[in-house]
Parts: sequence; C-alpha cells; structure tokens
Amino acid sequence: MNIKPYNPRDWRSHPPYSFKAYGSSVKRGPVKRLVPLKQTLSEITGPLFSDIKLEPGENDLTRDANTGKEALGERIIVVGKVMDEDEQPVPNTLIEIWQANAAGRYHHPVDQHNAPLDPNFTGAGRCVTNEKGEYRYLTIKPGAYPWLNHPNAWRPAHIHLSLFGPSFVTRLVTQFYFPGDPLIPLDPIFNSVPTKGGRDRLMSSYAHDVTESGFALGYRFDIVLRGRKATPFEGPV
Amino acid sequence: MSKQTPSQTVGPFYAIGLTRTPMHVMATDATQGERIRIEGQVFDGDGVAIPDVMVEIWQANAYGRYNHPDDKQEKPLDATFTGWGRSGTDDKCFYSFETIKPGPVPGNDDSVQAPHINIVVFARGMLVHTFTRIYFNDEPANENDPVLKSIKNKGRRSTLIAARGERDGKAVYHFDIRLQGENETVFFDM
Repeated sequence: MNIKPYNPRDWRSHPPYSFKAYGSSVKRGPVKRLVPLKQTLSEITGPLFSDIKLEPGENDLTRDANTGKEALGERIIVVGKVMDEDEQPVPNTLIEIWQANAAGRYHHPVDQHNAPLDPNFTGAGRCVTNEKGEYRYLTIKPGAYPWLNHPNAWRPAHIHLSLFGPSFVTRLVTQFYFPGDPLIPLDPIFNSVPTKGGRDRLMSSYAHDVTESGFALGYRFDIVLRGRKATPFEGPV
Repeated sequence: MSKQTPSQTVGPFYAIGLTRTPMHVMATDATQGERIRIEGQVFDGDGVAIPDVMVEIWQANAYGRYNHPDDKQEKPLDATFTGWGRSGTDDKCFYSFETIKPGPVPGNDDSVQAPHINIVVFARGMLVHTFTRIYFNDEPANENDPVLKSIKNKGRRSTLIAARGERDGKAVYHFDIRLQGENETVFFDM
C-alpha cells in the first residue's frame, strides 16, 4: 500500500525523555533507544473529531457556563493559528485547554497549594480551529504556583494545550508561557527544550490588535504540527 | 518552513482538561466485532505503578479499516466506532478500555499487519509522549507482522504482546507498559 508519511519528530525542538533538572522525568521515560518505525496506515490515520459539537461556552473559561457568574482575575483573549511545517493551516482540529486559576491553583484534588479556589473557574475549555487553522478562546491569566521539584521552585504562568492534527503521529501536548515572566528562565520544564529557537516557540506574544478596548488583553500563540513529506517514499509501483 | 512546536509534559493535573468525562468505552452494543477489555498499569523505572499517567489508543474496526479519509480500503466502516479512546487510571493505577478486537490492516510493501492497537502514553514527568503498540497473544499473524519483525532484539518483541484472559465471560487482555527497567517496553520513533 502506498502511504504518504509525516515528517519525523524534530528532536531539536522536543525535549529529551530524561532531563535531570526536572526530577520526575528521570524515571519516567524510555532509556533504551527508540525502535524506528516506518509509518504505515496505522500511523498516518488518527482521530479527527470532525463531527464534534462543542457546547456553548466551552471556549469561554471566564464564566461558569451554567450560572453565568464570572471568574476572578485578568481576562485574556488567546488567538493563534495551527499549521504544519509547510505553513499549511490545520483546519477543524480540536484543541483542549487546561490551566490554573488567577491565584495559581488548579481545580484538582491533588493540588494542595494554599491559594484560593475560584468557584466560577474550572480552568478547562475546548475550541476547534476554523478553515484557516485559526483558534480563539477567552480565559483568565493563570497565576504562578509553587511545586516540589527543587527548593523555592515556582512554575511560570502557563496554559496547557492538547492537539491531534490530521494523524496519529501529529499528536501534541504542550504548554505556552507569557512574555516578561521572570520565572521562565528558572523553569526546568521550559528549559528542557534543547534549543533557544524551540524555547522561543513556547512563548506567546502580546497582541494589541487582539486586545479589546475596556474588556480584555490579547495574546497570540501559533502552533506548528508535523508536516508531511512531499512524495510517498515506498510502495508498489 | 516552520519548525515544530515543542512538546511539554501533561503535568499532574491533566484530568481537568483531558479526562473529566470518560472516554475509554469505545464500543456500543451495536459495534461489530469481538468485545474485549484491555487493561494494565504503567510502571516507572523503580517498578512503581504510575497514578498520573494517561493512555490513548487508536485502532481499526473489526474489518481492519480505520475511520479516516486516508484509509481508502474497500472494507466497511462501522458508524458506531471511531477507533479512538482515552483513559486515565483508577485507584489501583490501572488504565482500561472497552473496545473490540481490530481486524488486520495493510502494511507497507504489500505486507499485512497483525491485528494491533496503537498507543500513546502521557504522564507527569514525561516531557514528550511515547508511542507503542499492543498485539494479541492469540494471533498467529504476529509471526509475520512487519513491525514486530523489525524489532531486532527478538527478546523485546514480547513486551508488545497482551495476554488474553477471561472475566465474567468476557475477554480481557492484560497489557502493562514499563517505561524503564529489565523489560522496558519497546517504544517507537515514528
């Protein structure tokens, strides 16, 4: 069978499995060499969620969808474009979002940080890219929070994003950060990305053209998924 | 040309965004094929079962067709089956899926792949997800599977084979994933 494979994972962009400064990574990734797998039909297909119906309000984390009550914190509008390495848009792709509240606390039983929960903020949302690969959602700027990785460790403010793209191999889970945050250079999760160029690609930028007067600040975060090789590399002719 | 956005860990709180509604039941009563359960644990380098791990799977339907436009085979689609599922862990650190056994799918160069399920593993501490596969220990086709055969260290192939058992009259395949250690699961670079 003729298949058209996707580009390999770019290991100058992605972190290694084991990164000593992030203690939890050391025992939680493969030690043996990965086995190369020539992509097959199993890898170039994947879940598309093309008929997914989002509930009203899933792209607005700033208020409780049932009560309409507003969460506390600084409202922000996050926009961006999802594309592949050839800068082709990735349309109709699902983006799942989760984050801490403005005080730096997650709505999760494991989070024991002594900061207030916000009854009107779950920190979860979803959106889907349009035909041009663009997405937009409304949220609250997350706070920094302490963690146990090293003495006086604090995660910089960040938002988690999960994307599928067009195939099994285009899957991406990432986090993006906000410009000017002094905690970023101290963060081992951010620093696990091996190149400066890669780390720069985890930064959102302030977007005054997205900022809405009297309402909310705008940030832009573009996302690049694996692209596809131009020609099939094998198969019966 | 643009460069790939780097991966980052799902962290300890992924359930907020990813598993707040169950997505591990993939088959309905109407789904074609043999109903199976797949379950197991994911172990770290100390042999400890990981609680904050998430497993996603992608598979063909019972006829061996993927629900995706790039699968142009003339096999039937099953409208009740997307082929995708996601599981966090229960209080004993088990992930699980209620699905159907997939049919064989084509491989490259006119080969046929033994029935298998494609897996992605995410965890707190894992900066970039891992890819692996589940095969079934009652499938003679494993002998000729091109991907299994491509694993040069034959002893490691067994790390991808799920063991069939039965519970309450239903087939249950057990499949543990070992991130490190003596029986480290084969993970793929794809």
